[in-house]
Amino acid sequence: MNPTAEHRVERPRIGASAAVDLATQARELRPPLARTCLDSLWPALLGVAFAAVMHFGVQPAVGPFRTNVLMNIGINVILAVSLNIVNGFTGQFSIGHAGFMAVGGYTAAAITYYTSFHFWGDALVHGGVLSGLPANGWFTAGDALFVGACLAGGLFAAVAGYLVGLPSLRLRGDYLAIVTLGFGEIVRVLLQQSRPEIPFLAEDIQGMSLIDKATSLGGALGFSGVPFYTTLFWVWLFVAATLLVAFRLKRSSYGRAFLSIREDEIAAEAMGIPLTRFKVRAFVLAAFFAGIAGGLFAHEIGTSLNPRELGFLKSFDIIIMVVLGGMGSISGAALAACILTILPEALRDPPHVWPVALAAIALLLLLRRRSGLRAALVLSLVTAALEAVRALAVWQGVNLADYRMVLYALSLIVMMILRPQGLFGVREIWDYRPRRRRRPAASTE
Amino acid sequence: MTKLLQTLMDGFAVGSLYGLIALGYTMVYGILQFINFAHSDVFMVGAWVSFLVAVGLVGPTASSDPSIASALLVLLIAMLGCGTLGFTIERLAYRPLRRAPRLNVLITAIGVSLFIENLCQLKWLFGAMPQPMPRLLPDRPLFALAGVNVNLLDVIVIGTAAALMLLLNWIVFGTKLGRGMRAVSFNPQVAALMGVPVNRIISFTFIIGSCAAAAAGFLFACKYITLQQPAHETWIRLGLKAFVAAVVGGIGNIRGAMLGGLLIGLIEFFGAAYLWPNLRDVYVFTLLIAVLLLRPSGILGKPVAEKV
Repeated sequence: MNPTAEHRVERPRIGASAAVDLATQARELRPPLARTCLDSLWPALLGVAFAAVMHFGVQPAVGPFRTNVLMNIGINVILAVSLNIVNGFTGQFSIGHAGFMAVGGYTAAAITYYTSFHFWGDALVHGGVLSGLPANGWFTAGDALFVGACLAGGLFAAVAGYLVGLPSLRLRGDYLAIVTLGFGEIVRVLLQQSRPEIPFLAEDIQGMSLIDKATSLGGALGFSGVPFYTTLFWVWLFVAATLLVAFRLKRSSYGRAFLSIREDEIAAEAMGIPLTRFKVRAFVLAAFFAGIAGGLFAHEIGTSLNPRELGFLKSFDIIIMVVLGGMGSISGAALAACILTILPEALRDPPHVWPVALAAIALLLLLRRRSGLRAALVLSLVTAALEAVRALAVWQGVNLADYRMVLYALSLIVMMILRPQGLFGVREIWDYRPRRRRRPAASTE
Repeated sequence: MTKLLQTLMDGFAVGSLYGLIALGYTMVYGILQFINFAHSDVFMVGAWVSFLVAVGLVGPTASSDPSIASALLVLLIAMLGCGTLGFTIERLAYRPLRRAPRLNVLITAIGVSLFIENLCQLKWLFGAMPQPMPRLLPDRPLFALAGVNVNLLDVIVIGTAAALMLLLNWIVFGTKLGRGMRAVSFNPQVAALMGVPVNRIISFTFIIGSCAAAAAGFLFACKYITLQQPAHETWIRLGLKAFVAAVVGGIGNIRGAMLGGLLIGLIEFFGAAYLWPNLRDVYVFTLLIAVLLLRPSGILGKPVAEKV
């Protein structure tokens, strides 16, 4: 106790005693250590379990093509949720996210490819069960190399994010957007100018210097020959990690600082939040996860790690996911990433949508009763329109696959006009409770 | 010296095209404060409409003497078509979002851009193949300057662009319509209170910007003959560079857009000629970042500058 506190004895003591009461109360209420650990660990365990289910349960059931779609979904979820930290939480407008993905992807690819030659003399997959090779055991040196490379890609992307963010995050709004766009384009052009020939003989590679390796990235043709380590397990493990970080972040003091910057920069600054520093932190974090997504993308079978794939069109795709989901809504961004990855695939050969729509409408009406009416009505109208288009196409003998990008763009425009706040606005999916229970009014104040 | 002059000539020719496209970006930004990503597609449509009309007029391979009259007709039809397109885009896609957050408008612009590209790519419209533009404008060495042939085509391109820019400058600063545009960009609410028909002014802005883009598309097609397919990234990349020109010159400022266009063209060609030829885009975007960091409002843009 310091002397000033002694002094205050004379003053009314209501505040002080209340504080002491609260402190004892809090000490009594503190849960045991094991409970605390479990509370903070269960989402991580759930994530691992989910990834394992995807890998061992879902993958054999759906076949290779849909496995690939599921991997793409996971990668897009990571990208959308991470961009949401910058665009949704902090309210800064970045349109160069694919640039960070490219940095991470090429870093990870180069590390795996060239290091594989040093270890094994070839660039084949040397993974275990988790990489789809049951003969080698569970987790092998190859898996460790792959995960390490992805993390290194994330770190490189984070460093790039820091370098881009530090000077440019002083800019506001559209100017920041333009700078990030410029950054993404510069990354793309530089990657296109890297040396096009990639050596594939162990003796050639062992004689190369580090600089040579770092600049032999395949040029405009893309980096080919990267071993295919990415499996559903790894993708969804990283998805779980990203989601966990995003949710924890949103509830933390950092997250609240980000949100306050989004709401009002001047007020946030008045509350003592250093604007540029916090914006840079959001940017670096987002870049890190984009880099990891890039690493996963680089090692995925059926994708080509190519500068053109990672240009501004990819950045636009990610932004569209974030905006469609609702700026600041993590679950919304994830769901939008799922929808927008499946939609172009589904439009190749559009299936009947009415069974799914019917189930959704029934569910809406059951759970939300009257308040679900409007959503149900909209959903049924959309379904009717889709079925009409489908019927028309069949009748006229038009191949809808030719029109899929037109339909995609059109639905984007209509969506923006009819529901500008995205699917969920700033809220999460579970904020829409079946029946809103009235909370009892707060007992004090 | 020869190389210097040649580079200067090329830089000016391309730069004036960038300037023409940049006008559309800068006018829309000045009034509505959003990046109209669909503008590069209006430019693309301008080039392709020019191609279709030119083929209709003079046949796929016009080896005979090109006539100025047909070129003018092609230009006129392209401008008419793109003006209509610009008006339609604004009316159907952007006007419902007048009060929405700017990010939504931006996403809509991206959506419109994707829509136009993929629609034009369809078989019954422009198709998905690159096409050669028939020769419409005469091209012969006009005179030699220090060993460099000054081509008639380059002179026509630069001359047309300059004439259009002067025309636009007159529209914005010398007519009632232009005064309305400046008023709306200054403050739409007050302009509306003063009796300026805001929506009509915005429509006109889109039409004028689209006409400039159509002219740029026509000149581009005449100069570079090969037209890439509508969804090819060349178009968006040209549009992006034009947008960079608008930002470098000071977005919202039409004289800045012209200056920025020339600057971008020169930087691109001087960089390609004297440094590494493959890093053109890097020079442009580095210049952009440098300008934004040192002088965020652009070269001619001032916080209190009159904007359109």
